[in-house]
Amino acid sequence: MSTDTLMPERSGLLSPITSSPTWIRFSHTALYRYVIFPLGQIFVFVVGAALLLTVISYVIAFLFPEPRENINLVTQLNRQLPGMIISGISIGFVYAMIALGYTLVYGVLKFINFAHSEIFMVGSVSAFAILSFIGSLGGLEGWNPILLVVVTVALSAVLSGLLAVGIERVAYKPLRRAPRLVPLITAIGISYILQDVVRAIASLTINDFNLTYPTRDLDWIRNPILTLTFGEYDVRVRTTSVIIIIAAIIMLLALNYFVNGTKSGRGIRAISMDQTTAGLMGIPVNLMISLTFFIGGAFGGAAGALFGLNVGNVTPYIGFFPGLKAFTAAVLGGIGNITGALLGGILIGMIESFLNGILVYFPAVGIRYTDIITFGILIAVLIFRPSGLLGERVDEKV
Amino acid sequence: MKLKKLVTLGGLVALIGAMSVSFAAADGHTVIRIASQSPLSGGQSVLGISIRNGVELAISQLSGPLEDLGYTVEFVPFDDQATPEVGVSNAQTIVADPSILAVIGHLNSGVAIPSSEVYNDNDLVMISPANTNPAVTDRGLPTVNRVCGRDDLQGPTGAVFASQELGISSVYILHDTTAYGQGVAEYFQEQAVADGVTVLGFEGTEEESNFEGIIQPILALAPDLVYFGGIYNQTAVFISQARAAGYEGLFMGPDGFDSSEFAGIAGESGVGTYYTTVAGPASIYPNAAQFIEDYTEAFGEPPQPFAAQAYDATAIALAGIAQAAEAAGAMPARADVAAAVRATEGFEGLTGSITFDINGDPEIGLYYVQQVNAATGEEWSSNTLISTLEIPSPVHAAEMMAMEVEATPGS
Repeated sequence: MSTDTLMPERSGLLSPITSSPTWIRFSHTALYRYVIFPLGQIFVFVVGAALLLTVISYVIAFLFPEPRENINLVTQLNRQLPGMIISGISIGFVYAMIALGYTLVYGVLKFINFAHSEIFMVGSVSAFAILSFIGSLGGLEGWNPILLVVVTVALSAVLSGLLAVGIERVAYKPLRRAPRLVPLITAIGISYILQDVVRAIASLTINDFNLTYPTRDLDWIRNPILTLTFGEYDVRVRTTSVIIIIAAIIMLLALNYFVNGTKSGRGIRAISMDQTTAGLMGIPVNLMISLTFFIGGAFGGAAGALFGLNVGNVTPYIGFFPGLKAFTAAVLGGIGNITGALLGGILIGMIESFLNGILVYFPAVGIRYTDIITFGILIAVLIFRPSGLLGERVDEKV
Repeated sequence: MKLKKLVTLGGLVALIGAMSVSFAAADGHTVIRIASQSPLSGGQSVLGISIRNGVELAISQLSGPLEDLGYTVEFVPFDDQATPEVGVSNAQTIVADPSILAVIGHLNSGVAIPSSEVYNDNDLVMISPANTNPAVTDRGLPTVNRVCGRDDLQGPTGAVFASQELGISSVYILHDTTAYGQGVAEYFQEQAVADGVTVLGFEGTEEESNFEGIIQPILALAPDLVYFGGIYNQTAVFISQARAAGYEGLFMGPDGFDSSEFAGIAGESGVGTYYTTVAGPASIYPNAAQFIEDYTEAFGEPPQPFAAQAYDATAIALAGIAQAAEAAGAMPARADVAAAVRATEGFEGLTGSITFDINGDPEIGLYYVQQVNAATGEEWSSNTLISTLEIPSPVHAAEMMAMEVEATPGS
């Protein structure tokens, strides 16, 4: 296996074709492979999605300049655009992080882990528990915000990751040789069990399952981190949006390094290509599968904690819709493909945010149709590219 | 085995029933029973138990006139578990007992509607302390009455208050796409448009956690008020996010906001929110001071919303039974009781003066606008009553209109 098969640029979306020896040497350095390239990829996806949707929105505004009396769509768009993009990016990263869990497990075991949406929920509920515990020890105000977020997100990620490993051991491993439909059904069963166990625990301990984060009233959560001024309008950027974006980028870089730059990552890629042969080559298959579940679960849990910090209130039933959308994102990008999950998540988040912002001005449609249009786009993409935007499992083509 | 147990149990119940009737007969008094149906277990039991307590208190205090006529009034509470099936099955048990002459209940319109069909088939009168769905009385059943307001007047109450008292000129309306939320939002919109308020948006969403995308157009349109027809677990989350995103206008909603959970979720962001309701806390009624004292003494806790309504409903039922008993000179027939209750006119209760229209709605319903003061769930009772509106029921409004037309024949 030559080194360039490890290169993520195989995806082909972003390949600045420079054949100069300096570039080739540079492109083999760790700095490029683990920092600059993935950062550039994220940047291109975000900016590309934002630009594409902005252009489409202005085309719509051009076609329907006044969809409703006294509403000039261009004026409204000018005003809403920064807010829509920021909320699209932050929810997009949440979807991308959940989608990674679906796609990693699919890549390795070829089945959809439908319990993953509940792993996300467990992440958000455990973040609530952690913050409440810290709060009960003596005031969250005294904590450094960055430290508090890091501790909360990291602990929820580890808890969720361990839970995912446990679920795999209990519900999927005994069925590994069963038909693919069987673990699918156990996954659905597990997701119901998780919902109701969490609800039972919440009801027994605090007698309520609307879990409101104690961070809600902290100044740095309530007040915007910065206020951008566009002409006469102010756009507030919420601290939690920035936290989501930064945390997601750091974790995505870490994942890229892990999968492409470490021995364990190579093991995971190997068993996703061919489990039996990889096993014969001495790769500990069960350990690698557990590791995959741990990483997927940790990403889901971290996403849940970040989402919870942003929305401020979670319930044991919160996982369903984000889980469904993240699954859509994974399929849109190409299930089994890590880069695809990232692209799909950002796209779905951005599309949703723009639709919520624009459909309001078309009373005949309305935001109730946001999900319908999002899934319509998914169907349209799958008709023309049945294996998703970036194709299913790039590795297999090597 | 199970069947055998059931049969034995049924036999026991029948035996006890027969014994109590015979005991009552032994001391020369005929027994009249009043049943209550409300959820006594489960998540809504706080409200359901306070309905039961209100009925119990009313029977112990107000059955004097019937006792003078030689009757003993007994109380039989039923637990409908907020479930239609249980409510209907209880209703079957209730109608099978000939000594039960009135039912006070339910808490949930969804339970009241099917159960009331059973009562009506047996001419048994039902007086509801809490059901606001228009369909409860709009079916025109002669036995079904309520002492509280209606959802199709609650929405307009909010709209009238917003346009006249708050002086808003634009509103953005959201709803939760359910029959309740969308219904009350549509009634709000209708009235708002009639009052000349610009409706900047009317949107339904099932989203329950992440409202960021939905908030963006609201920020751009900058309405004076956002009305959200929905229940606190969704609306309070929305409100806290909208405040964080920089929306500076007002919030308003229906009685789905009326829960201490609202303050628990929304916190500081929820303070200042207005909501309409058909049942204020008992403390807002001028005649209820003695009631609150008695209730607290009897049950060890202050009354919840609907306890005073249950007390009034029971009082009306007792008055109706006494009237029918006097007219019949014997144990009255159920149909006569129902007719006497429907004919209630100017009954002075804790919650105001009640006259039923031909459908069983109070001719003048009371609607309250309240403002949230509480930033935590414990402070919920500190919310202030901003305004009380008296609005005629649809039937009564039509009657009044007809009378006006008659009075001015030239128009």
